[in-house]
Amino acid sequence: MVRPRAASRPHTLPGFGLALGYTLFYLGVVVLIPLAGLVFKTFTIPWADFRAAVGAPRVMAALGLSFGAALVAAAIDVLLGLLIAWALVRYPFPGRRLADALVDLPFALPTAVAGISLTTLYSPNGWLGGFLNTLGVQIAFTRLGIVIALIFIGLPFVVRVVQPVLQDIEVEQEEVAACLGAGRLQTFLRVILPVLTPALVTGFTLAFARAVGEYGSVIFIAGNLPMVSEIAPLIIVIKLEQYDFAGATSVALVMLATAFLLLFAINVVQRRFRKRFWPA
Amino acid sequence: MWIPEVFRKVSGLLVGVALLAGGTGTFAASVLLNVSYDPTREFYQEINDAFSQHWRHLTGETVTILMSHGGSGKQARSVIDGLEADVVTLALAFDIDVIAALSGLVPADWQFRLPYNSAPYTSTIVFLVRKGNPRGIRDWDDLVRPGVAVISPNPKSSGGARWNYLAAWGYALKRWPGNDAKAEEFVGRLFGNVPVLDSGARAATMTFVQRGIGDVLLAWENEALLAVERFGGDRFEVVLPSVSILAEPCVALVEKMARKHGTEVLAQAYLEFLYTPDGQEIAARHFYRPRLEQIALRYRQRFPPLELLTVAGIAGSWRNAQTRHFADGALFDRIFQQRR
Amino acid sequence: MHIARKNPPLSLATRETSAMRRMLIAAALIVLLLFLFLPLAVIFREALRMGWQVYLDAIAEPYAVAAIRLTLVTAAIAVPFNLFFGIAAAWCIAKFDFRGKNLLVTLIDLPFSVSPVISGLVYVLLFGAQGWLGPWFAGHGIQIIFAVPGIVLATVFVTFPFVARELIPLMQEQGREEEEAALLLGAGGLQTFLRITLPNIKWGLLYGVLLCNARAMGEFGAVSVVSGHIRGLTNTIPLHVEILYNEYNFAAAFAVASLLTLLALVTLTAKTLLAWLYANKTGS
Repeated sequence: MVRPRAASRPHTLPGFGLALGYTLFYLGVVVLIPLAGLVFKTFTIPWADFRAAVGAPRVMAALGLSFGAALVAAAIDVLLGLLIAWALVRYPFPGRRLADALVDLPFALPTAVAGISLTTLYSPNGWLGGFLNTLGVQIAFTRLGIVIALIFIGLPFVVRVVQPVLQDIEVEQEEVAACLGAGRLQTFLRVILPVLTPALVTGFTLAFARAVGEYGSVIFIAGNLPMVSEIAPLIIVIKLEQYDFAGATSVALVMLATAFLLLFAINVVQRRFRKRFWPA
Repeated sequence: MWIPEVFRKVSGLLVGVALLAGGTGTFAASVLLNVSYDPTREFYQEINDAFSQHWRHLTGETVTILMSHGGSGKQARSVIDGLEADVVTLALAFDIDVIAALSGLVPADWQFRLPYNSAPYTSTIVFLVRKGNPRGIRDWDDLVRPGVAVISPNPKSSGGARWNYLAAWGYALKRWPGNDAKAEEFVGRLFGNVPVLDSGARAATMTFVQRGIGDVLLAWENEALLAVERFGGDRFEVVLPSVSILAEPCVALVEKMARKHGTEVLAQAYLEFLYTPDGQEIAARHFYRPRLEQIALRYRQRFPPLELLTVAGIAGSWRNAQTRHFADGALFDRIFQQRR
Repeated sequence: MHIARKNPPLSLATRETSAMRRMLIAAALIVLLLFLFLPLAVIFREALRMGWQVYLDAIAEPYAVAAIRLTLVTAAIAVPFNLFFGIAAAWCIAKFDFRGKNLLVTLIDLPFSVSPVISGLVYVLLFGAQGWLGPWFAGHGIQIIFAVPGIVLATVFVTFPFVARELIPLMQEQGREEEEAALLLGAGGLQTFLRITLPNIKWGLLYGVLLCNARAMGEFGAVSVVSGHIRGLTNTIPLHVEILYNEYNFAAAFAVASLLTLLALVTLTAKTLLAWLYANKTGS
């Protein structure tokens, strides 16, 4: 039985039992029971089969690609997100509010629509793809395309996590640094960046966690070649279509476990810094 | 009888559908769910209209036919998992075999319940190339030339692509009789030329036609002819290879479900309608090769004769083909592992 | 915002040179343009390529209307469920200390990073004809997957964390002093919640609901697995878009897609407006 731990002062607020009870009940019904079903289903698979399913070269390649592309995309998101957040917080420029609103677009845009739209844009006969093609760069139907789609999906996470932290930074600190003779770049690296680091890590992890499992926007632009541009969620879908339930759940479990570990780590980081997830 | 029930419950959702079916506001009509694969959308739209009319004429009863489309394997999976189809019309016999084996909803001998192996129309695999055939693609050998980009969906997830793959395999075995090593190398080189491996036949067509990727699309004949019709003969043309495969998309009554819904007679009539001159005419119009002689004669311009191998001749059976070529770790997987 | 309002310090070292400034703004705008604005523009350009008549026809077509209705119904069920859950979860997590909080928060987040494909798969495992509960429900004449309940379930799962995640940090920041004061003054629990807590969190709540709603209407992967794709019956807007696209009906596909995009834009506008109102109200 979970009980409220004695806080700094005696508790008078009501409703803890009811709220926690309902939370646990709803969490159980909607999330835990279905996910536990997946885990138990995987446990009925002999270990050798599980290892064979997850260890197959094609599956390993897909898992590697999903995690690798998500890693690259999240890293790029950190750079671009920091840049955007910086411009939005520090510089008043015309259209800033509009730009600020645009950042949330990938949150709200259906992933399939994003996928079709990005493919239209980046395929060799699209607006950007045509231009890049003349430079000899192909984006759609390559790994680059996957990364582009994942950057799109993850960008708002970084911006939205960094923004409020950047807003709260005391200008005084920067002034002190300046008075002590630090250059602008030095101030940024020594004073601002350390403060931003937890937020950047959080943003990175969120973007990464979201990108690893992304399906809708990626399949349109990926090319889907086994060993080359086939992502792990697609492997699950294909295994299902091949009536290979055991294989599909095995791969799903690996992805699920990774997602859980990532989120747990990030929540520990987050609670330490108490920063908001989706700040208004 | 869940479909009629849901039908009433969410009848608000269905005002539009009822209007389409010419309903007069009563939902008492019979409902049939046809679970089909991707490229048959346009075809079954017309069949459904014609059959509803035919049925009303015959019995006075209004019938609404609901459609579900998707990759053939995915659709079979859905039926096994509980999608309550009255009839399935899928891309290959194997998918219906699996429904019969895993769920027992379809009798094991389903393929003998209707004429022509339960395949009321046939198709084959052809090449779609860009207008003027700039890469000079005439036959299978041209597909394995270095630098020729071939578009095909993934045989593991697409029914159409399994026909592609087996057609190529059949050609190779015909060229080097009994030499499986040669055939393996040939098919390996062919799929080595594939830059984009979509999950379904329609997605592959889209990649070739809309995105402008690739020199040649390996496609169902009906899919290729439809693309020419939709996107213009001034952009694409169809090339018939010297030899291809007899593709038999199959249909079956999902007996247990139809019995549960009380739609057995209706569903059976629906499938049989596909074999009537009217049904065959519609099939031919939608670029499927008709079985009926009289209709085939009328459309002989559209469907030039060509040497067609059968799955049985190429691989023995679908089950063999599946374990030898398409299962996890089988030949197709090895092609891509080596390619890397 | 509030940084800009503070008196700018004189020292140049706390500000960038104006050239640097312009460069950074330009770079940020270019990123926004390339990564966010262009995909948006493509949707509307393709939707209107064949003119307004085609656009309107595509939206008024009966199957599209059925898809729009199903999507609205789904969101109308899923969002309130997650709204009540979000408030309850935030109340106990933000206002009380207890062991296992990190774990609870992580579990609440989980659906957010689970691949949509897996979200759909778990419901097939449970409620499919070959699943654990499926045969029981089927025996009682209840169809869950490949019917509306399955679509609602998958949507609830995918949008599960949105409201809770918005409220938890907000309520944590606000602490519990105000509520405790109200209780000391003799207010009841419910009264305290309605009069003190709710007004404090209403903007955050609204924002959470808006995001939850946008995601509920736009979910593709998970719904695709459990829908069965029966036209006019179990197709949501995103699935209808896919079908139209697969039928070479590009203008119509993008037209219907633009509906969802418009919804996203309305959501974002509303959200910006809310943030602005909120900032004005609190005066921070």
